[in-house]
Amino acid sequence: MIRIENVSLRHGSAEILHDISLTIPKGGITALIGPNGAGKSSLLSLIARLQPLQSGTISIDGFPVDTTPNRDLARIIAILRQDSIVASRLRVRELVGFSRFPHSRGRLTAEDRVVIDQSLQQFDLADLADRFIDTLSGGQRQRALVAMAFAQATDYLLLDEPLNNLDMYFARDLMRSLRRIADENGKTVVIVLHDINQAGAYADRIIAMKAGRIAADGSPAELLRPEILQAIFGFRMEVADMGGTPVVLHFR
Amino acid sequence: MSTAAVKQSPLTGWIAGLVLAILFVLSLFTGVDELPFGRVLSDGRGIELVLVSRLPRTLAAILAGASLAIAGLIMQTLARNRYVEPSTAGTAQSAELGILLVTLLWPAANLLTKGLIASAAALIGTSLFLATAHRLPPTQPFLVPLFGLVYGGVIGAAVTFVAWQADLLQYLSIWTNGDFSGVLRGRYELLWLGALMVVFAWFIADRLTIMTLGRDASIGLGIDYRRMLQLGLVIVSVISALSVVIVGVIPFVGLVVPNIVSRLMGDNLRGTLPAVAASGAVLVLGCDILGRLIRHPYEVPVGTVMGCVGGLIFLWLLFRRPSDV
Repeated sequence: MIRIENVSLRHGSAEILHDISLTIPKGGITALIGPNGAGKSSLLSLIARLQPLQSGTISIDGFPVDTTPNRDLARIIAILRQDSIVASRLRVRELVGFSRFPHSRGRLTAEDRVVIDQSLQQFDLADLADRFIDTLSGGQRQRALVAMAFAQATDYLLLDEPLNNLDMYFARDLMRSLRRIADENGKTVVIVLHDINQAGAYADRIIAMKAGRIAADGSPAELLRPEILQAIFGFRMEVADMGGTPVVLHFR
Repeated sequence: MSTAAVKQSPLTGWIAGLVLAILFVLSLFTGVDELPFGRVLSDGRGIELVLVSRLPRTLAAILAGASLAIAGLIMQTLARNRYVEPSTAGTAQSAELGILLVTLLWPAANLLTKGLIASAAALIGTSLFLATAHRLPPTQPFLVPLFGLVYGGVIGAAVTFVAWQADLLQYLSIWTNGDFSGVLRGRYELLWLGALMVVFAWFIADRLTIMTLGRDASIGLGIDYRRMLQLGLVIVSVISALSVVIVGVIPFVGLVVPNIVSRLMGDNLRGTLPAVAASGAVLVLGCDILGRLIRHPYEVPVGTVMGCVGGLIFLWLLFRRPSDV
């Protein structure tokens, strides 16, 4: 369980997050949606201890993120940032392999290799495994980064806009993979999404943020309604029902 | 391309090792004093020449070359920029300032003391460089080396000014231009400390590679990023300062060698570190031998030779694939 209590964050005079309290239970997919600058990425990086907490507390499975040793947290929680740039010339297999560092401290065990191979298979990277990252397309690189986060094999997985650069095929593939690890392996996925229809189709719960506050919180059916969406995004959009899945017609 | 690259990896290291062995032998028999191959063992003076001068000089070139290449590699890792190295980003200049101040204030200090104080000065200078470099926008990769050049230039100017005021300008060139001709037994052994740093770097190679992925990725994988930055800084500073104290600045090694190896083998340091060290040794020893031969029996300092050779290699690297920043 991720427990967030009274978390605020400021950069100078700008208030990024305003007194956020939130509990994300173990298991399932939680999607964070909201307009640009709502504070979604900041919240994610606070949970993943990439920024120091200014006020409030965050704990994961009872471990406070600001005092638990970094090494121990790396075995509980993995994060993929939105703006990850890999400038190093690493092969895909090497990159994915480094996600095992928290477990094996650099000496890959047989178990590590199994996890790495599975992750490469899962994201259709087996043929690209020996290619250098800088020779891949944007979408292939993104898949390699997601595969890396997967192979870290933590109970909690935080993904910041992982669908960036992915075409429809791989976007759907990634969301289905996330659904599978949530259902079959009991993983907890927290994902920032801009495509609210992906959130509607795959998430168990949607948390909408606006201007550093939580604007709405509920199941896709509860949250994806014209009046709620208008309050969050500032314009009116119709919502259709496709066999139980709400589909937001935000492009009309 | 992929399988070729994999097969190529160990080969690059082996070739560098083989060339190094050949240069090692060549270096023992190159110099002002004629030393035919057969005379080494039969003639006592020959053995003496090898043990007192040629061997120490050869080892010094190998140690300096290997450790400077590694220092460049680590500096590039810390700055997350391929175009910096200790001699162009203020580290070497800070070390010079350190030695100069010791020489002025405490002329009787021995080499070890000078080395330590130079290392401390290099550490401070490099920390300031990195603190600024990390604030520069990552979308402008050439700002970091440009800032390094200006920063190193300013410290270098301060060094020259102090030396001029103290009438030590001639003395200064001992440190600013690398030269192995003064290396004798008993005068180079501190460079082994640099070799120790290389071994240490190999032990933390995985962590260093992860650091090239950036601060967030490093923390996400459970690495103490600040601590690793500090460790890296110490390695870079000690290696650069010791080589400045013992032989003087040798430019470009730390720049061109890691870049070439990265092109051939990638950036997984666990695999590439030995190749970087061996290639750095080859380059410096090769340039030193060249400097001994160009206008035999006189010598051209290795710093000058490297300035030309390294500069040419660097230009070639820049123009060959300009998009690959």
